[in-house]
Amino acid sequence: MSETQSMPAIEMRDVNVAAMRDASFTVVEDVDWLVAAGEFWVIAGQEHSGKSDLLMLAAGLMPAAGGSCRLFGRETKDFGEAELAERLRVGFVFQDGQLFNQLTIAENVALPLRYQKNFTAAEAAGEVQMLLGLLELAPLADVTPANVAANWRQRTALARALILRPEILLLDNPLAGLGARHRQWWLRFLEQLARGHEHFGGQPTTIVATADDLRPWQGARRKFALLHDKKLILLGGWNEVETSIAPIVKELLAIQLETTIQ
Amino acid sequence: MAKAFGLANTQVLRRAALPKTYTDWLGRKLFLFLLTVQGLGAFALITLGVILNKNGVAKNVIRPRIRQEIARAGVALLPMFFFVALALGFLVVGQTVSALAKVGAISYLGSTMVIVVVRELGPLLTAFLVLARVGTAHVIELGTARALGEVEALEVLGIDPVHYLIVPRVIGMALGIFSLTVYLIIGALASGYLFAFLQDVPLTPGDYFKQIVESLGWLDFALLALKTIAFGFFIAIVTCYHGLAQPLRLDDVSRVAVRAVTQGVVVCVLIDALFIVLYLVA
Repeated sequence: MSETQSMPAIEMRDVNVAAMRDASFTVVEDVDWLVAAGEFWVIAGQEHSGKSDLLMLAAGLMPAAGGSCRLFGRETKDFGEAELAERLRVGFVFQDGQLFNQLTIAENVALPLRYQKNFTAAEAAGEVQMLLGLLELAPLADVTPANVAANWRQRTALARALILRPEILLLDNPLAGLGARHRQWWLRFLEQLARGHEHFGGQPTTIVATADDLRPWQGARRKFALLHDKKLILLGGWNEVETSIAPIVKELLAIQLETTIQ
Repeated sequence: MAKAFGLANTQVLRRAALPKTYTDWLGRKLFLFLLTVQGLGAFALITLGVILNKNGVAKNVIRPRIRQEIARAGVALLPMFFFVALALGFLVVGQTVSALAKVGAISYLGSTMVIVVVRELGPLLTAFLVLARVGTAHVIELGTARALGEVEALEVLGIDPVHYLIVPRVIGMALGIFSLTVYLIIGALASGYLFAFLQDVPLTPGDYFKQIVESLGWLDFALLALKTIAFGFFIAIVTCYHGLAQPLRLDDVSRVAVRAVTQGVVVCVLIDALFIVLYLVA
C-alpha cells in the first residue's frame, strides 16, 4: 500500500469545533476521529448539534478552535491559496444546496470547472452534460434554481460538487426534506460513489454525510458516529447502532422511548 | 470575513442598548466611524490586491462578468444620462450662458463651463446617479447572496468571493462612471448651447466651443479621469463592503442598503474635496 493510500483522508486529534457564525462559541469538543480513504461515514445528531460546523472544519474551510485537524496529512489551519489543490480534493454539498440564484442549473454545475481550469462555456459543456445526464438534471439545464423544486436543487449541488471529481465528498444532511423516490436515488448513488462509480474512473470516493434520522442509512459498509452533548461518539457499524441502548440513538432511529408521551 | 474587516465590532456597537449619556452616544458614533473607515480601508486594499494578483486568473469566467458589469453601470444607463445631459444643459449651462451674455461677461464662458460642468457637476452628478441606480443593486444582490449562503458556497468551491463577486463590480463601475461622465459633459455642453441659441444669445457655436477648448488644460483631462475612476472604485467598495463583508440576515439587507448609499455620498464628497485641493495646488 502506498503512503498516500495508507494516510487518513481526515484526521482530527483533540479538536474543538467552533460555530461557523460565531467563532467564540464551541459546538463540539475533544474530537478524535480518523476517516480512512474509501470509508463511508454517517454522522448523526439533532439540530444545532454542530454537524455542519464539523463538516466545514473537515473540509478545511475554517480552523479548529483547538487541537489538530489534518486533511490528506496536511494541517488545515495552514490552508491558504497555496493549498487550494488540497482543498479541491474535497467536495461539499450544503443542506439546502446553496446554489447561485442568478445562474442556471447548467451554469451552476459548470462554474467550479470553468473557474478552476479557466475553461470557456463550450470547453466545459461536455463534462457538464455528462453530469447533468447522470444526475437526471438535463431537462432542467437552462432553468434557474428559484424555478426548480428543492429535490432537484439538492441534486444540482451534488453535481456541482462532483464536477471537480473530489476524492472526499462531504454532505450536510443530504436526505433532509427529500421525497421517498429521491431519497432512494441518493442512497443508491452515494453507494455507487463509495464503491467507485464508472463515470469517475471507478475510484472509490470517501464519503461523510450528516443526518438527523439514522433509519435510511442502514448499511453494512457504513460507519456511524453521533454528535451529542458537544461530543463526537464513534458508534461503529450498523450492528452497533441497532444494539445501542443510548436514548439519543433510539431517538435518531425514531424508536419510541418509554419517557415519551404514548 | 467579517472579522478581517472589523465588522464584528460594528455589529456589537449597532445592536447595543441605547447609550446613557450624550457623550456615550458621541463616543459610540466615533468608534463606529473609525471601525467603518478601518473596514473600508482593509476591504479596498484587499480588493486592490486581488485585482493585481489575480489578473488573468480564470479570465474566461471573470472577463465576461466584467463586461456584464460595464454594461450595467455604463451602457444600460445611457438613455437616462441622455435625458440628464439635456436637463443639465437646459437648467444650468443654458442659463449661465444667457446670464453671462446679459452682463457682457461672455468671455468668461469657457472657464465657467469648465469649472462648473467638467470639473464638478459632471463627475459628481454621474457618481450620485450610478450610486443610486447600480450601487444599491450591488448591496441588495450581495447582501442577499450573503444571507443565502452563496459566499460560503464560493469558498467551498475554491473560488475567491472577492475575485468573483467584487472585482468585476469595481472595474465595471469605475469604467462605467468614467465613460458616463464624458458623455454627460459632452451632452450637457451641447444642449446648453442649444438652450442659449434658443434665447438668441449672440454666440456662434464655433466661439462657444472654442472658448471651452481653450479653457481646458491637460490637467483637466488627467484629473477628470482619475476622479471618475476614484468615484467608481470607492462607490463599488462601499456598496460591496456593506453587502458582502458581514454576515447578514435577509431583513438586514434594506437597512444596510440605506447605510451604504449614505456612506457612498459622503465618500464621493470627500473625494471631490480632495480633487478641489489638487486643482488649487496645481
